[in-house]
Amino acid sequence: MGAQGHDAEDVGIAAGAAQAGDRPVAGPSRGPRLGPPLVEYLLRLGDDRLILGHRLSEWCGHGPILEEDIALANFALDLIGQAASLLRLAGAVEGAGRDEDALAYFRDGVQFRNSLLVEQPRGDFGDTIVRQFLFDAYSVLLWEALLGAPHEGLAAIAAKAIKEDRYHLRHSSEWVVRLGDGTAESQARVQGSLDRLWRYTGELFEADAIDQAVAAQGIAVDHRALKARWDQLVDEVLARATLVRPADGPMQRGGRTGRHTEHLGHLLATMQSVARAHPGARW
Amino acid sequence: MNTARAWEVLGTVPDPEVPVISVVELGIVREVMVDAEGAVEVVITPTYSGCPAMFEIEKDVRHALEAAGASTVTVRTVLSPAWTTDWIPASAREKLRAYGIAPPGPADRGGLVSLVRARPPVACPWCGSTQTTLQSEFGSTACKAIHVCGSCRQPFDEFKAI
Ligand SMILES: [Zn+2]
Repeated sequence: MGAQGHDAEDVGIAAGAAQAGDRPVAGPSRGPRLGPPLVEYLLRLGDDRLILGHRLSEWCGHGPILEEDIALANFALDLIGQAASLLRLAGAVEGAGRDEDALAYFRDGVQFRNSLLVEQPRGDFGDTIVRQFLFDAYSVLLWEALLGAPHEGLAAIAAKAIKEDRYHLRHSSEWVVRLGDGTAESQARVQGSLDRLWRYTGELFEADAIDQAVAAQGIAVDHRALKARWDQLVDEVLARATLVRPADGPMQRGGRTGRHTEHLGHLLATMQSVARAHPGARW
Repeated sequence: MNTARAWEVLGTVPDPEVPVISVVELGIVREVMVDAEGAVEVVITPTYSGCPAMFEIEKDVRHALEAAGASTVTVRTVLSPAWTTDWIPASAREKLRAYGIAPPGPADRGGLVSLVRARPPVACPWCGSTQTTLQSEFGSTACKAIHVCGSCRQPFDEFKAI
């Protein structure tokens, strides 16, 4: 393995990188109907990891090199495992009898609360790595902030997940450096990935009424401090990767209240097809 | 069936992915309770959030205790405190090494995100050389990394410190 430019070129299954014109699709006409704040909050955390985990699983058997195929499958496994814990907790807090499978497989797009970043197509290997790095940096810092949350279940998940996500961040940041500071071809391509994906990063740090409501319950994440630490971490890696940080232009948002890009529907059609064709099936 | 006997039985249940050590040596059995009727409750904690072996482990634990005479077996999973490889005892680390898996180093407790890898080289479990190179942080299972030895030229797994 190494930093050869062909790593990115050889990936022949690019499913179309995020398009410049992507806009969130229209939400429910009377505005989003949100559930109890803690349930909504846990769904946001769980759905980010479920959807990103699914996107990564699309690489299984298609990785540019064997080690990366295995690494991305490992990432997917960790993230889907974290999602299962978070959705199980969301279902328990909701108290309506929905378990993690019901939440993962029997909700429709407008009921998903993941950020727009994680639902974007996997694109080429560079797109996948850049998105993963942007998300991992956010995720590690978020878990750090949630370690002391006065909610036993959530704090336990944070303590578990942060160990896994530290490994992810180390791996994805190293690949960003390798590709950015690689060949002219690899650098141009990951710079393009960064430029296309940047508009989806603002949503990760937005605080709305749900965040305020859970903060009142003690689950208080200082979004401004989180963003400042993320900026610092991302800047450090981008500088090392000789990549240019895009300007903070207009940011795309909507995922947290169920207004998604067209890509989520296609992903769910695949992810939910078996569970919906054979409800209750066990093997 | 009493608590001591239950622990003894669990000590014979191998980790399905690294069968040279038991689930007890792996550190995932957190608590064992046995009541007067011989009903056993076992508390386990997962290694990794998405570790697919956990289902297998639960089944193996149940079967082993039932075969040893437990009237009923309940397996409960807890996430906290989060599993760490620091719970693997020295004797089990030696078994890993003899099996060809480099045992885990001390778990990283730093709060900071480390971007520059400054880990000491991992000793080759075959020849003991430290002229080894990390090939991939992600190996055949969630808990292993792949290295190559520059001295004996053998690839080997490392049990990742976490
Ligand atoms: Zn050797």
